Amino acid sequence: MAAQLQHIGYDDKKLQRVMERLPCRDVQASMLLALMGEPEQCSYPSIFIYGHRATGKSHVIHTLLKELELPYAIVSCVECVSVGLLFEQVLLSLFGSDSVSLLSRSPSLSDFVRVYKQLCVQASAKQTRYIVLDRAELLRNMETNLLPAFLRLQELVEDNVTVIMLSEIVWDKFRPNTGCFEPLLLHFPDYSKGELQQILSEDSHPSYSPELYSAFINILLGVFYSVCRDLRELRHLAALNFYKFVEPLEQGKVKEGDTHKLWRNIEPHLKKAMQTVYLREVSSVQWEQQLQMEEKEAGAVRGLSAHAHVELPYYSKFLLIAAYLASYNPARTDKRFFLKHHGKIKKTNFLKKHEKTSNHLLGPKPFPLDRLLAIFYSVVDSRVAPTASVFCQISSLVTLQLLNQVGHDDQLDAPKYKCAVSLDFILAISRTVSFDMVKYLYDFL
Amino acid sequence: MTSSVSKGCFVFKPSAKKRRKTPTVEDYFTHGSEDTENSKLRFRNYQILWEKMKADTELLQDELNRKILDSLLAFIRKSVSTFQRGTDDWASRMRAHEIPTAALVLGVNVPDHDMTFQCLSDQLQQSVTPFVVSVQATECAALNNMMQRVLERLMGTSVSVGNEEEPEQRSTNVNQKRVHCSLITLCNWYKAVTKKAASGTPSKKRTSVGKDMQQHPPIVVIFKDLEAFNSRVLQDFILICSRYVEQLPLMFVFGIATSPSTIQHMLPHSVSSLLCIELFQSLSCTQHLASVIDKVILTSQFPFKPSGKVLQVLVSIFLYHDFSVRNFIKGLQLALLEHFHSQPLSVLCCKKEAALVHATELSHRDVERLQQLPSFMRYVEEQGPQEQVELLTSDDHVKEVCQKLLNDLHKYHKNYYPILRCLHILTSSLPKYPLGKQIRELHISCLEKNVWENEEYASAMQLLRMMAKDELTSALKMCAEILKPGKTTKMRAALLQLDNLLAKFDQPDDLAAAENAAGEDLTSRGKGLQKKTDLFQLQKTLLEMKKSRRTKKMSQFEILRDQALEFIDSLVRSHLAPPESQPLYEVCYYSSSAVLRRHLNATPRTSIQTALSNPYHYLKNENLLAEDGTVSNAAPDICIVYKLHLECGRLINLYDWLEAYATVVSAAEGMDPDSADFGKVDELKHARFIQAVSELEFLGFIKSTKQKTDHVSRLTWGGC
Repeated sequence: MAAQLQHIGYDDKKLQRVMERLPCRDVQASMLLALMGEPEQCSYPSIFIYGHRATGKSHVIHTLLKELELPYAIVSCVECVSVGLLFEQVLLSLFGSDSVSLLSRSPSLSDFVRVYKQLCVQASAKQTRYIVLDRAELLRNMETNLLPAFLRLQELVEDNVTVIMLSEIVWDKFRPNTGCFEPLLLHFPDYSKGELQQILSEDSHPSYSPELYSAFINILLGVFYSVCRDLRELRHLAALNFYKFVEPLEQGKVKEGDTHKLWRNIEPHLKKAMQTVYLREVSSVQWEQQLQMEEKEAGAVRGLSAHAHVELPYYSKFLLIAAYLASYNPARTDKRFFLKHHGKIKKTNFLKKHEKTSNHLLGPKPFPLDRLLAIFYSVVDSRVAPTASVFCQISSLVTLQLLNQVGHDDQLDAPKYKCAVSLDFILAISRTVSFDMVKYLYDFL
Repeated sequence: MTSSVSKGCFVFKPSAKKRRKTPTVEDYFTHGSEDTENSKLRFRNYQILWEKMKADTELLQDELNRKILDSLLAFIRKSVSTFQRGTDDWASRMRAHEIPTAALVLGVNVPDHDMTFQCLSDQLQQSVTPFVVSVQATECAALNNMMQRVLERLMGTSVSVGNEEEPEQRSTNVNQKRVHCSLITLCNWYKAVTKKAASGTPSKKRTSVGKDMQQHPPIVVIFKDLEAFNSRVLQDFILICSRYVEQLPLMFVFGIATSPSTIQHMLPHSVSSLLCIELFQSLSCTQHLASVIDKVILTSQFPFKPSGKVLQVLVSIFLYHDFSVRNFIKGLQLALLEHFHSQPLSVLCCKKEAALVHATELSHRDVERLQQLPSFMRYVEEQGPQEQVELLTSDDHVKEVCQKLLNDLHKYHKNYYPILRCLHILTSSLPKYPLGKQIRELHISCLEKNVWENEEYASAMQLLRMMAKDELTSALKMCAEILKPGKTTKMRAALLQLDNLLAKFDQPDDLAAAENAAGEDLTSRGKGLQKKTDLFQLQKTLLEMKKSRRTKKMSQFEILRDQALEFIDSLVRSHLAPPESQPLYEVCYYSSSAVLRRHLNATPRTSIQTALSNPYHYLKNENLLAEDGTVSNAAPDICIVYKLHLECGRLINLYDWLEAYATVVSAAEGMDPDSADFGKVDELKHARFIQAVSELEFLGFIKSTKQKTDHVSRLTWGGC
């Protein structure tokens, strides 16, 4: 393996160490090294690396740059709430803390370029400098000139600098309308099952044999590989469940070689973990407690989504019901549902061609405030005065995100809303006020 | 000082001497009343009572919150200790670093949560960490605002966002290192602070905090209203924080109004996997309300009582509209204030001793008012003729009687509440809750009329007669517990009787003996049967036997049960009479529910319509007084225009409208109806009309339409 990584200009020992730390990523690493060339050589202006979560993008770059002792700056774009912060962090890591004071208070791109040039002259480096922008997709939301400028920063600052961008999405989604310099694209594919097994087995527990841990990882992957290929998450799950796995060994019930018994012991727990702790229904701390508590009180901890019940004031419930009806019934049918003497109108009379699909499949439709109130007054069983608190409740339903306001927030004239709750939720609500929801829904006619 | 070159607007604040004294609350209270002394006294009464109520409710809320806050604090402490344990053992090194997060479900009324959060952050600051920061959604519209708020509040300095110019600051201290709004800054600051704390004097202000806490006190970020946050901003913030979680012991508290599943709606798995969420559920607000009512209303401690209607208004606002305990208490305060403001005799509504003193000091006017009270008049009528004359003529005698009646009223309250609770305990376990599930429902029905005359009461009693022994005895035991602290003689007598009954319930021997006796009786009758041969006779005796068996079937327990229920019934009849039956009840009971409803549950639409159709209602100008359903010519333009538009159909011709308007206005100006100028539209009238119409449009009564030229469409239905 290491034989392939003979690159001129780098210390062999260092390269060896790098390769040890980058299991299953040697193809990508050697490709990168080839692109980077010798430290003194001028390098390609920008490289774009993409791949799913936890496929080792940041890890590979970070290890390479660090171990080979190259000048670099790693910035996570999610942290940079302003462009100034981004520039500052780049300068800070490349030129030291003094450099920052040269930047103005809210620097523009040209300020950054100017300062960079200025500092370059002072401290001209022989080696290529690297700027790594993690989560580069966020650059698109910043100023429009930022992404194209970073792609050809080498030309702008006239320095031997390479910008490496890391992202989870493909380059096609980045390309601005005005066109730009095309970076070199490099894809990090997902780890295969075997690779995951190899990587995960490496961090075995010090007090147990690596073989045992490897067997455990094998079982773990058998359960989780179909739903989760995220290395970080799998490692987390392994740590959470390992003690349960070795429990029979500790108690002396099973020998280390008896993998079948160990499997029988751990498998139900892993299956349960998939439904609870993996989805963060149950927190990891609670999960560990639960494992310690044994099966006696299994199921004691209820997941987050088990608490779906929401207590609402009486009229809020009816407002929500009215909103749901307004969102999922065509306005034409209101007459049929809410007028006393509507006569006998069958559904077929109403049916227009495009309405044959269920409204529930199409999702909620916006409705004006007037319609909401009209339906509200007809479904609520007692006479309700149009008081200020009824209107208050509408806006508080919006803040609770049970209703969504469509359009501008500050629209005073005829605001429109959408109902944002599910059918199950509204059925539960209507049961508490003994309102037969299904009777009023056009879809269930 | 104002000789500056630049033009500008200068504000001169008036000097303190010149400024008039701002009126205090007391001034507002006494304003307009002819008897200042009396109203001052009432105001003082009000203040004392309200202070006490407020303190009590706050104490109660603290108590209710305590449980959830304690568990929350324990959770935070535990998370701190896991942070401190660091990366020593294999598992914690391997595990993903999650941010400990407490999801605090607090119910749908968001404004009510403020107190809980205040309490939480106070307690945290006292016992766990000085670094607590709460943020609200409204101040965190974008990520940088949010970062700025968090950093500012933690570090206590201003942090620049980077994109606003602050030239002043720059010119004054150029050398000052700029603080950027990033978590790196926070990290450095935190390191510096904790280092200082570790090396510096530990006795500084965190002496009570454990030693390990001192080294790494956690940074707690409280999100007061999670639902209102922009989910994008929240996600980014969590992502950033998770990058620093190894250096900073960060911790989140999410205030959730709806249900915990909102977290999953707001945060994708990639973000929620960075959190270690634990759930904390607070008491439901209906329970909260029940305990507040229990503490403040269902007690003889406070002399002020809301009447049944008032209580119903307050409770229905709570149940139907807002679920806000805070608003309920505010409403109660309003009722309290209104009562003391509107009822001159509320001087007597205070503690018993003080009330008796006030009764002796009543002025002649007050005595007159007292005599005019309906309940007092009813009392007078019940007296003998001699006494009646005394009561109507002698002030001193009235004062004396008043003291006695006040005493009686206090006693009535002291007996009323324990018996109410007893009745509630007995009936609350019955199927279908004939007298209400909550004690407040029972209270309201007791306030309204004689509860024993209700059909529900009769059915409840019938159900009670079928109760099993263990259920009944346990309920009766609870009743005895309630009666125990009672100090009045009647309560003590009742307790004694109840104890006797309970003792009898516990004697199983008697029961067996009674059954034996019944058996013997039956056999003796059976002997008698053999003699008879006549069919008719036989039938008759059999019927008799059947009847007697039915009555005989009553076991000892059943007899006792009937006794107990009769006893309870007698207690109810003697103590749960509605307050209207008590003389002087007006002193303590506030009953104008309409006023309260108008203040608390505003109806803007109705108010606008009243103002437009009956301007006198608000303007109180005699000229505007008109017969029912008409508007005087002198009314404001908009009223006239409104009135005229009521006569139109869905579409209104603007020109006709204008003509009609001009006619009305001309009549108001006193023009001769026969003159040529009468009803002629001049520029002024035209302008006034246009203004009035646009005002109507602004209020939402009409809008312009394209259906017909020169027409507007009406947006309301009906009319005159």
